[in-house]
Amino acid sequence: MKAYLDNAATTRLDPEVLEAMLPLMTEQFGNPSSIHAHGRAVRSALERARKTVAGLLHAAPAEIFFTSGGTEADNTAIRGSIETLGLTHAITSPLEHHAVLHTLEHLARQGRITLSLVRVDEKGQIDLDHLEELLSTQPRALVSLMHGNNEIGNLLDLDAVGELCSRYDAIFHCDTVQTMGHYPHDLQQLSAHFIVGAAHKFHGPKGVGFLYVRPGTRIHPFVHGGAQERNMRGGTENVYGIVGLAKALEIAYRDMDEHRRHIEGLKKRMIDQLREKIEGVLFNGLSADLDRSLYTVLSVSLPPSDINDMLLFNLDIAGISASGGSACSSGSEVGSHVLGALQVPADRANVRFSFSKFTTAQEVDHAVQVVAELYKREPIC
Amino acid sequence: MYLDYNSTTPVDKRVSEVVFQTLTDVYGNASSQHSYGIRARLLVDEARSSIAKVIGSVKDEIYFTSGATESINFALKGLALHPRNSKRHIITCPTEHKAVLETCYYLESIGFDIDYLPVNEHGVIDLEKLSSLIKQDTLLICLMWVNNETGVIHPIEKIGEIAKEAGAYFVCDGTQGVGKLPINVVESNIDILCFSGHKMYAPKGIGGLYINSYAKAQNRIQPLLHGGAQENGLRSGTYNVPLIAGLGKAFEISLVEMETNKIFIESLRNKAEQELLKLDGAFINGKRAPRIFNTVNVSILGFDTDVFIGINKDIAISNGSACNSSLIQPSHVLLAMGLSNSDAISSIRISLGKDNTNDDIDLLLMRIHDFMTLL
Repeated sequence: MKAYLDNAATTRLDPEVLEAMLPLMTEQFGNPSSIHAHGRAVRSALERARKTVAGLLHAAPAEIFFTSGGTEADNTAIRGSIETLGLTHAITSPLEHHAVLHTLEHLARQGRITLSLVRVDEKGQIDLDHLEELLSTQPRALVSLMHGNNEIGNLLDLDAVGELCSRYDAIFHCDTVQTMGHYPHDLQQLSAHFIVGAAHKFHGPKGVGFLYVRPGTRIHPFVHGGAQERNMRGGTENVYGIVGLAKALEIAYRDMDEHRRHIEGLKKRMIDQLREKIEGVLFNGLSADLDRSLYTVLSVSLPPSDINDMLLFNLDIAGISASGGSACSSGSEVGSHVLGALQVPADRANVRFSFSKFTTAQEVDHAVQVVAELYKREPIC
Repeated sequence: MYLDYNSTTPVDKRVSEVVFQTLTDVYGNASSQHSYGIRARLLVDEARSSIAKVIGSVKDEIYFTSGATESINFALKGLALHPRNSKRHIITCPTEHKAVLETCYYLESIGFDIDYLPVNEHGVIDLEKLSSLIKQDTLLICLMWVNNETGVIHPIEKIGEIAKEAGAYFVCDGTQGVGKLPINVVESNIDILCFSGHKMYAPKGIGGLYINSYAKAQNRIQPLLHGGAQENGLRSGTYNVPLIAGLGKAFEISLVEMETNKIFIESLRNKAEQELLKLDGAFINGKRAPRIFNTVNVSILGFDTDVFIGINKDIAISNGSACNSSLIQPSHVLLAMGLSNSDAISSIRISLGKDNTNDDIDLLLMRIHDFMTLL
């Protein structure tokens, strides 16, 4: 039996999405920037998609910019705000995705900004007092904190961070890649200046994402070229991708409650079974806290064992696709920077299971059974 | 009727089949270590090989991006803004695509010194002039292979030689030539070649670039997109596996069908050109230059291109390049060739592809004829 439990890495395309994309790849193939009928038909599909996305997020279409994915959206927001708004200080956390962390580190190395890392505790919780302390010494900073952590699932208190950012006149970029399409985002309520989405994390296609830019926040383009995306992003638009993204987000919002119930049930089932069957099992970050972590992600910490190094390999052999993540214990070993920051013990094995609406209870049970088998206590002779 | 293949091409059926199949069956993340990931990664590798074969490189020199515009931004900014680069001089040309020009304007705005090598009335550059512009401080020469508006072909082998001798990088926007004409990046001394899928019967939203392994080994190019360090750290972002597989298929097809397409399309183009030249006051832009076989850019005295396009909504042709065409303004390429504003505005670009027929050309000529009689 196969079990795909790596949905935080990428999700399966929804057949409904594929259907929406098909006409754009076959009969409607014009360049949306062309003024002839072939071009205009495609342009209108593109703008409909923008309207759909904006509508779901309670934003205006002019605030949505399509990109090649979450990474480009994050890069655009970070570099654009620092360069255009002349920001010299940025605050982030050691738990961010590399699209954020590496971009900021690069700018810091170049001397464009000073970079501060907000403290996190061993559960991966952001120390909001420390954030305030950093903001009070360096107001008008760029704050980049993710909404849902892709490895341990921790959810950020968006309201609290947003409130702090407004108080200290900071620009707030929130990497929402893991929550987009899984949690409702209401941009009338949310005070972030930038949020992002990547279609392939919510059953849309790879290679397409978007950036929301709060009105009044002007940033320069990141990719220079033609006048596409209202001069914000050169390059012929990936129209089927964009149409697929809009459709996927529409479905995600339509079925959100039902999917959440289903997936949350699976996560709980897995937690309960693992606790019951594996002595000494732990969960990283806030992963086991259903209210304060992504319902799609479970980060499991397994007790010291000879088989730890071969865990993912063994899971793969058993048909289970999950994701690893070991703490950086030695200098040469490149492990997960997130688990490293949490200082998880080096003698434990970590595995991330992540779920989607297509995941079944059978898949979860299969995975638990295989893991339990691997960690079965050998009788001491 | 579609006569705007330089703007974008339909997706070849064989390519869309590969894309659909990959979209449906292969959904792993190509960076994942499990079987789903490995399956995706194999497809990415396979596509890399197909592309390398067409341009005469090896697969490790091929990098995927979201399209030629990103490739060009990456190449120019990646070389210019690298912390170890101290050279500030760049040579390009006013007939380049907006992706090159806008990126160069940006670099100019932050202190780079850009020379715009002029073209003559045929759209041709002067190689001696190019050599004379080179300085100690010249970082790179950025010249396109085939012009998107006129089809004029630059002598890339010679440009490559000049760049090599000067110790400057040769960055070449190959978007309109790759897949249509044979090329060998090694023989042409090209350091970076940019290309796009949707100009060669693959989908929009995918493209790539060739980066000479020697240039890469010098570690003088930095990424545009930072993140998960895909593409050997040079381009972050989850691999767009379905479109990468489609792009590979399009390259594979182009290798087999290049010659047949050329012969057929060239005959259509020649017919169109001969007939258009019979019109009063008509001339072909770039007529005396080496040109690609699929493009005709004609100026017709007093011809109102925008009204013609407005009336003939069923015919897809262009008044310049699509990226600028929502604004009615004369083409920067034609102006650089010395055309007057009115001649530039009275021009049409017809760009043909493998699905065109003789009837398409006849119908276009008839419509132009009717339009002119009406006037």
